[in-house]
Amino acid sequence: MSATFKNAILFDPSLRINTLGSIVTEGGKIVEILKDKNADSGKIYDLAGQHLMPGFVDLHVHFREPGHEHKETIGTGTRAAAAGGFTTVCCMPNTNPVNDSSFVTQYIMEKAHQQGVVRVYPIGAISKNLEGNAMAGIHGMIQAGCVALSDDGKCVMNAYLVRKTLEYLKSYNVPLIEHCEDENLVGRGVMNEGLVSSQIGLRGIPHAAEDVIVSRDISLSEHTGGPLHLAHLSSRGAVESIAHAKARGLKVTGEVTPHHLLLTDESLRSYDTSFKMAPPLRTEADRRSLVAALQSGVIDCIATDHAPHSEEDKNTEFESAANGIVGLETAFSACYKLVLTGELTLERLVESLTTSPAKIFNFRDRGQLKVGMLADFTVIDLKKNWKVDSNQFFSKSRNTPFEGWDLKSQVTRTVVGGEEIFNIEKGICL
Amino acid sequence: MNLAGRSLTDISDLSREEVVFLLAETKSLKMNSSRPTPLPAPGGRSVALLFFEPSTRTRTSFEMAAFRLGLRVLHLEASSSSAQKGETIYDTAKNVEALSPHGMVIRHSGSGIPLQISKLLKIPVINAGDGFHAHPTQALLDAFTIQEKFGNISGLNILIIGDIAHSRVARSNIALLRMLGAKIKVCGPPTLIPPLASELGVEVTDRLDENLASADVIMALRMQMERQSSFQIPSLKEYTTRFGITQERLNLIKKDAIILHPGPVNRGIEIMSVALRDPRCQIMEQVENGVLMRSVLLRELLGVAC
Repeated sequence: MSATFKNAILFDPSLRINTLGSIVTEGGKIVEILKDKNADSGKIYDLAGQHLMPGFVDLHVHFREPGHEHKETIGTGTRAAAAGGFTTVCCMPNTNPVNDSSFVTQYIMEKAHQQGVVRVYPIGAISKNLEGNAMAGIHGMIQAGCVALSDDGKCVMNAYLVRKTLEYLKSYNVPLIEHCEDENLVGRGVMNEGLVSSQIGLRGIPHAAEDVIVSRDISLSEHTGGPLHLAHLSSRGAVESIAHAKARGLKVTGEVTPHHLLLTDESLRSYDTSFKMAPPLRTEADRRSLVAALQSGVIDCIATDHAPHSEEDKNTEFESAANGIVGLETAFSACYKLVLTGELTLERLVESLTTSPAKIFNFRDRGQLKVGMLADFTVIDLKKNWKVDSNQFFSKSRNTPFEGWDLKSQVTRTVVGGEEIFNIEKGICL
Repeated sequence: MNLAGRSLTDISDLSREEVVFLLAETKSLKMNSSRPTPLPAPGGRSVALLFFEPSTRTRTSFEMAAFRLGLRVLHLEASSSSAQKGETIYDTAKNVEALSPHGMVIRHSGSGIPLQISKLLKIPVINAGDGFHAHPTQALLDAFTIQEKFGNISGLNILIIGDIAHSRVARSNIALLRMLGAKIKVCGPPTLIPPLASELGVEVTDRLDENLASADVIMALRMQMERQSSFQIPSLKEYTTRFGITQERLNLIKKDAIILHPGPVNRGIEIMSVALRDPRCQIMEQVENGVLMRSVLLRELLGVAC
């Protein structure tokens, strides 16, 4: 099976490619990249001058399967991913049962094979049942296909377990991902601790809850030499610690979500639970620091932390509402706002969705427009305007903080292994 | 001034002029009334009281206020969260609205619930206390009590003592009394002061004794013992030693100052019995004024002619 994607602006900042041209694929891989000219081989896709980039890689999604299929399944989650331009997604283990053994990993792999429309990689738990007490079945999970370990949703409070897991992982070149929130400092907090929490009377979570765990785990990574990836960073203090760690050459990487790049705790004044997540939205100073860190490379990549929840879980008292928001279908366009305001370059935005995350999880066969790599592409019309309407989502859940936002730039096609799996006109193509 | 149909979920719902109007109306109600006689229910009007948090004082105050206006009162008390019944608080509120009361008074332990409900309903919603967020009717009755004593609130020194961080009474009083030109100091252990409190427009201190002499109004807050984890203060005894209104501290308070407390008091913890007997203590006046202020609020917001 051969295909040609022609008349596209080929865009890969990591290789400094930004030129009109075409790409020929065969057997699911890139076989030819033609700059400034078009080819006609196999099935032809005319991209009419839109941007063709490496397919987006999301290191952090929650697909709720097994156990919470009413919120999302691998089938609906990967459709949402495709609509957002993501061709590779890594799903967190806080399912029911928890992905803490090779059996659950195999179940997810099988479901992904049967129902997934994009590439799915499970992340295994660090601790059995996410309880933070004992190591999960690490070797079995990695053999079965897990690409990283995390207790995401929960912070591993026992520093000794983090230390030993980092040591154990040296056998595999697989990173440990920490959800950085000291649970004692979080306490019963439900939003950022600051002026807004003081005014509206919700219990606060200090940024120190994140900062102390970031610092602790950086020390443990330094001590063990184990690779550490820090999930959904939200605070300026965390940014400073990572900058310092990177300056010393440590194996530490970090991700940030679109919502932490775009929103602040000011949004909480409405008590709208669409703005409730962990870690919480913080101040404008934190937000600016995160954007600057993403631009400079101190923060490596963007991850959505796509966290679907049912209306029943969200539409309740703020204190008891579930944490998390969906993000796959708005990620690029929402972040493109930062390009339009001049806070972020398009180059860095694309790199942080493609090359950078692929590198963190050692996906050597994707994330760049290079001959021999997987033919996974995202095509974007940077001029297209659209309005976010969660009723149109492919995700099963509607919990977005961007409802009604007018966005510029839209994913128009998603290609996995040389096959178009999403098209803005036709939807999911199977 | 016409406030009919409006909700009151936070002090920020009111302009300064509207507050001045409400205070004046309360004053005129007080001047013209002796013991309340219920009027015939005008047009069969009614108000629903939804209390999702235990309360005797605020609930009975609203009840008496409604009684004065001849309003029928519809009670709904739930000690447990409606979520446990499978219905959300918003479902409950919508269901009660469908019973056609002319207004709804809500107390809930979750900050923001009355505001959220007011957005869903067509009838006026009055916040009778939500979480740590707001207790606007308490602040209004406190302002009325202060104004009654001093004539003018502008320029007065107000000292609020205790657990400011978890107090909706403090938050609403800070907002309202600042709006009326008072200077506010909050006093308590640093663990019970909200983050960035100085940005709320108040001075912060943890030294009670040296701040008593300059205060015109001393407002002691209830120590919410059920809300205190053991990491907030070492013990109630230690709290009393540092922040209780004791005989010694009464001697430091101005002769013409007043002492307020939103009730119910913890005798011997934030305030000693001797202070409750002191002529400067205006707690009973607060209770009395509460009924009047709430009558005015129900009358104006529900548009009850009487």
